[in-house]
Amino acid sequence: MTGDQTLALLLFTGFVAVTLGITTWVSRRRRGSAEEFYAGGRLFSPMENGFAIAGDYMSAASFLGIAGLIALYGYDGLLYCVGFLVAWLVVLFLVAELVRNCGRFTLADVLAARMSERPVRIAAGTSSVTVSVLYLVAQMVGAGSLVALLLGRTSGAAQAWTVIGVGALMVIYVSLGGMRATTWIQIVKAVLLLGGTVVLTVLVLLRFHGDVDRLLLTAAERSGHGTAFLAPGLKYGGDWTARVDFISLGLALVLGTAGLPHILSRFYTVPTARAARRSVVWSIGLIGSFYLMTIVLGFGAAAVVGTGAVRGSNAAGNTAVPLLALDLGGGAGSTGGTVLFAVVAAVAFATILAVVAGITLASSASVAHDLYASLRRRHGEARSEVAVARWAAVGIGVVAIALGLLARDLNVAFLVGLAFAVAASANLPVLLYSLFWRGFTTRGAVWAVYGGLLPAIGLVLLSPVVSGDPDSLFPAVDFQYFPLENPGIVSIPLGFLAGWLGTVTSDEVADEAKYAETEVRSLTGAGAV
Amino acid sequence: MQSSNGPRGAGDGPERPAGNQEDRGTPSRDVTFEDPWHDAPASGWGELHDTGTPAPAVPPARGGPGAAAAGARDVYVEVQRSAAFQEVRGRYRRFVVPGTVGFLVWYVGYVVTATTAPGFMARPVAGAVNVGMVAGLGQFLTTFLLTWAYARHARLRRDRAALELRWDTQELARGARGGAQ
Repeated sequence: MTGDQTLALLLFTGFVAVTLGITTWVSRRRRGSAEEFYAGGRLFSPMENGFAIAGDYMSAASFLGIAGLIALYGYDGLLYCVGFLVAWLVVLFLVAELVRNCGRFTLADVLAARMSERPVRIAAGTSSVTVSVLYLVAQMVGAGSLVALLLGRTSGAAQAWTVIGVGALMVIYVSLGGMRATTWIQIVKAVLLLGGTVVLTVLVLLRFHGDVDRLLLTAAERSGHGTAFLAPGLKYGGDWTARVDFISLGLALVLGTAGLPHILSRFYTVPTARAARRSVVWSIGLIGSFYLMTIVLGFGAAAVVGTGAVRGSNAAGNTAVPLLALDLGGGAGSTGGTVLFAVVAAVAFATILAVVAGITLASSASVAHDLYASLRRRHGEARSEVAVARWAAVGIGVVAIALGLLARDLNVAFLVGLAFAVAASANLPVLLYSLFWRGFTTRGAVWAVYGGLLPAIGLVLLSPVVSGDPDSLFPAVDFQYFPLENPGIVSIPLGFLAGWLGTVTSDEVADEAKYAETEVRSLTGAGAV
Repeated sequence: MQSSNGPRGAGDGPERPAGNQEDRGTPSRDVTFEDPWHDAPASGWGELHDTGTPAPAVPPARGGPGAAAAGARDVYVEVQRSAAFQEVRGRYRRFVVPGTVGFLVWYVGYVVTATTAPGFMARPVAGAVNVGMVAGLGQFLTTFLLTWAYARHARLRRDRAALELRWDTQELARGARGGAQ
């Protein structure tokens, strides 16, 4: 083991120790109420919550993956950054304040205020857990391959143990510390990630004496593609299937964020809708600057390290930023290079841990607050909901570890795109309809959820990701009937269509008074918890 | 609001009508609430440019002394029909609907152009910067600008009226519950 790997492990152990410290400190004072476990007591400040949202959202996939895509394909990687950021306008304009005013802990709370409670809770709970598990598996797979890349241990055992270790840690954070511990871990991670990114960006710009033009030209020259590197088309410019696939992904990115359960649950950690709005303003500032810096890092990696060297280290480009750090610090073997490389590796680990903790918490809330509360036998012994949520976190951890081990070879960026597509198809239509459509009914709500969820999952099963392609999950068989990898362009309209269809075909007349309550509450905050 | 009510049993739904436990005993809304909406001005960058003037006040939602007798269920319908609420909702929608349509069209147009017309995006503008770079950075810029504009609009045009409506509605609901008992 070389010096940089030892240092990276030391730094990472330090982060784990700090986060476990936070968890014990928080759980020592816990009162065990649902308010405390799911929402951290609702007393975080907008700035704290803004950092936590940013920490929840900026995953290792964006830190390493997008910078790597830019280093390999130039402009096409930049399209990801734009989608991930513009999505926040949907959240800010249509979702954050209204959801904060109407709900208590989960997406289903907003729907259940208007609709027949049991069916919509089960539907929304199911889709929330599905989205969370998909996203969780993506992060676990990412963690496994990260260790292989950064520590040079390519053996399957090292990857498997990483997945298990990450899973165990996230279960400890969530089940012992609840939302309060999760939030502080995300804040610490956001500060570390932004700090690391700022340092690297400044070093890249210093290397080119602040001349962005020269940075871009050098990147284009060293990429081997010339000026085509600075224009779209290198990755998604192939046949029309690839182009439509990218448009589909773009739609999923921009509409999916507002349906991600772990993002929605963050709005309940602040006292008012106004504080939720200010949290989002903070997070847009942080996330936007982060992605701008990611673009500099991506082109910087192409210019400093060279596209060929990046591809040689990892075909997907995931090592672009660590290699860039090594070079900026003075090259392999130098003290500066060793330290920077170790810092980047440790920050990437920290990023994954914080993100998985947030998702685990949100999905355990969906299991306990929505599914368990609706499905348990009426006369059975009513356990405390928080106790159920703690055990649900353990269960979800086990499922995520198992799926993470199974899906070890799947592309991480694809899994993230899929989670966004399912969130946009199943969660966003029902949320927007119930906030803004007077005539929306229970059947419409249930149809909107399943009408988006089932096509999204089904189309993926029939896509080249699963079968009929040398790179797919089961290359030997061929049941591929849908040409696109990302189902968004079909399944998102289907979700909206199903909600409309369910509403116009149902005999039920929407309850005017309940809609009035939703509308008044969502815009004024009357009766909000 | 943020008051914790101790452990709750499973399945405790959210729809307690206007359920608020705090300040049950205060008969008038002239008392000073511990109101997080009135905390110090925001620290977000969207809030730094406080040059505008607050929107003109909207009329109160309370219909009169007889209104409190309405059932708790009807309180929200009554508030929804009040001129004050219609005004707040109108201000919200007049900003959000064009804004959302605008940025979605701009974003989808950008993605479709980038995938279908890479030649146009490659056209040079200045030095190494081409149309695609300008458009991509333009997306960042419009996102920041719209965020700032929304936060400012909400703060100056909606917050005050929404807060007044909130207390009025909660008081009406409390009165309705009291009348029913």
